[in-house]
Amino acid sequence: MMARALIVRQVVPFLFGIACFGVLVVLIEFLIKTGLINRFIVPLPSEIWHSFGRIIVEEDVPSRFLLTCTEALVASLLLSVVGITLGVLLHRITLLRLATETWIAAMASAPLVLMYPLFLVIFGRSAWTIIMIGFVAALPPVILKTLEGLAGTRQVLINVGRSFKLTPSQLYWKIFFPAALPNIFVGVRLGMIFALINIVGVEFLINFGGLGQLVNELAERYDLPGTYAAICFVILVSVVFFIVTERIEQWLRPGT
Amino acid sequence: MATTGNLTAAPLAARPIVSPVTWLRIAIIAAIVVIWEIVAASGWLFRDVVPSLTKIGRQLFLILTHPDFALQVDVGLGNFRLAFDLMIPEFYRHLWVTMAEVATATAVGGLAGLVIGLVLGANPFLSRAFERFLYYLGPTPKIIFFPIMIMWFGVGPGSKVAMGTISCFFPVALTAAAGMRQIEDVLIRVGRSFRASTWQMVTKIYLPAMRQPIVNGVRLGMGVAVIGTLLAETKLSNRGVGFLIINAYSTFDMPRMYALLILLFVVAIGANALVARASRG
Repeated sequence: MMARALIVRQVVPFLFGIACFGVLVVLIEFLIKTGLINRFIVPLPSEIWHSFGRIIVEEDVPSRFLLTCTEALVASLLLSVVGITLGVLLHRITLLRLATETWIAAMASAPLVLMYPLFLVIFGRSAWTIIMIGFVAALPPVILKTLEGLAGTRQVLINVGRSFKLTPSQLYWKIFFPAALPNIFVGVRLGMIFALINIVGVEFLINFGGLGQLVNELAERYDLPGTYAAICFVILVSVVFFIVTERIEQWLRPGT
Repeated sequence: MATTGNLTAAPLAARPIVSPVTWLRIAIIAAIVVIWEIVAASGWLFRDVVPSLTKIGRQLFLILTHPDFALQVDVGLGNFRLAFDLMIPEFYRHLWVTMAEVATATAVGGLAGLVIGLVLGANPFLSRAFERFLYYLGPTPKIIFFPIMIMWFGVGPGSKVAMGTISCFFPVALTAAAGMRQIEDVLIRVGRSFRASTWQMVTKIYLPAMRQPIVNGVRLGMGVAVIGTLLAETKLSNRGVGFLIINAYSTFDMPRMYALLILLFVVAIGANALVARASRG
């Protein structure tokens, strides 16, 4: 009975959503074939589907995917090391925190990705420009969430640590850091998502690197089915990345 | 009375005129300025990659005050007609274009997001069927849709507005759907007990109860619409602040580029703060 209720509650709407998407695709195919939608603007969904295999082989998608992943990984590592370190530093030095926390919050709302021409000048048209943009644009949430996690450590835990006469270093590693870890991961996850968005975006804008460049190149060649297929591929990668990090976060923060 | 006076006077006298936090802020800014000027004068980097702050300040002044664009003014009232060229700094024309694009994108994307969010929030079945699509598409890099937008809306402002609209739609739709679900049941029951129509329910119950989530969503949406629009302008445009920035980069006019970026950040952070203040008021 419970299983049946769960199916009605969860599976049926899910299948309905997928079915609607399928109907939409078929409808678009029909409208293009009847000429109501210009096929020089929107390619046939069946053509897009067949382009997947072609672009994976001809455009060397695996190596581009690897390049984008490497850029995202380096940016994420930089983010984690620098962001968490700065968060810890701000937590330890209250005066520094009071002086700079509002600046970091302002940075979080600033459109930092628009600084990419500046990074082009400093780092040249290279992977480092892309990595550094991803890193800088995604840094504020990591710092702020680390700070939030450390500041939110329950007083009883700190008191327990002090009653055991832990040194400041031990207090950090045994009490503060484990208590703040779920929050820190939320920050790192947010940062990684921002970094990936900005990395693919800048790859597209400067026509360099992996998946973002693939979209740009196919669009410049006016390979419409290929462009649409590449965009679908980037969306797929983003969604998979988002789901995986979400699952890790749920594992770290059970009950949220 | 005298005792009270002494007690309150002592801490006031001890309080420093400038707080340590302010001193530290001044020290950080001074350190950044000094390091910047040393790097600018050192020649370690290519010329003008890190230009002197005086050069950037001069460009900032020129951008804001130097009248280098003739704005054609043509006002007519009855038989009276007044036509003349008003010289203004070109920056304002580009800022106007960008602001108009962002405002249109926020209006269209925000409205569409609000309607979809209300529908999904009000209907659990539709929410379970479609909200996951919005949730997972939200964090994808929207700029990759730009080639499609160019094909659909052309190379003019339409494609930039479309980019801003796509960017704005997702945060507004998701926050509106979540806000709709947070409305207290008692409010909805009150509306139904008065036999309110759907339109009355939306305007008298749902929207007033969702004010805060909607404002938050619009704030988020406007922020990403600014980014979407400006990135599109840097990619393919001949007007707007994004175009000015990429044009300064193309001509390697670094002081101008830094000045434009500073202005852009001031405008973007200011607009965000303004919406935040409006939401509190």
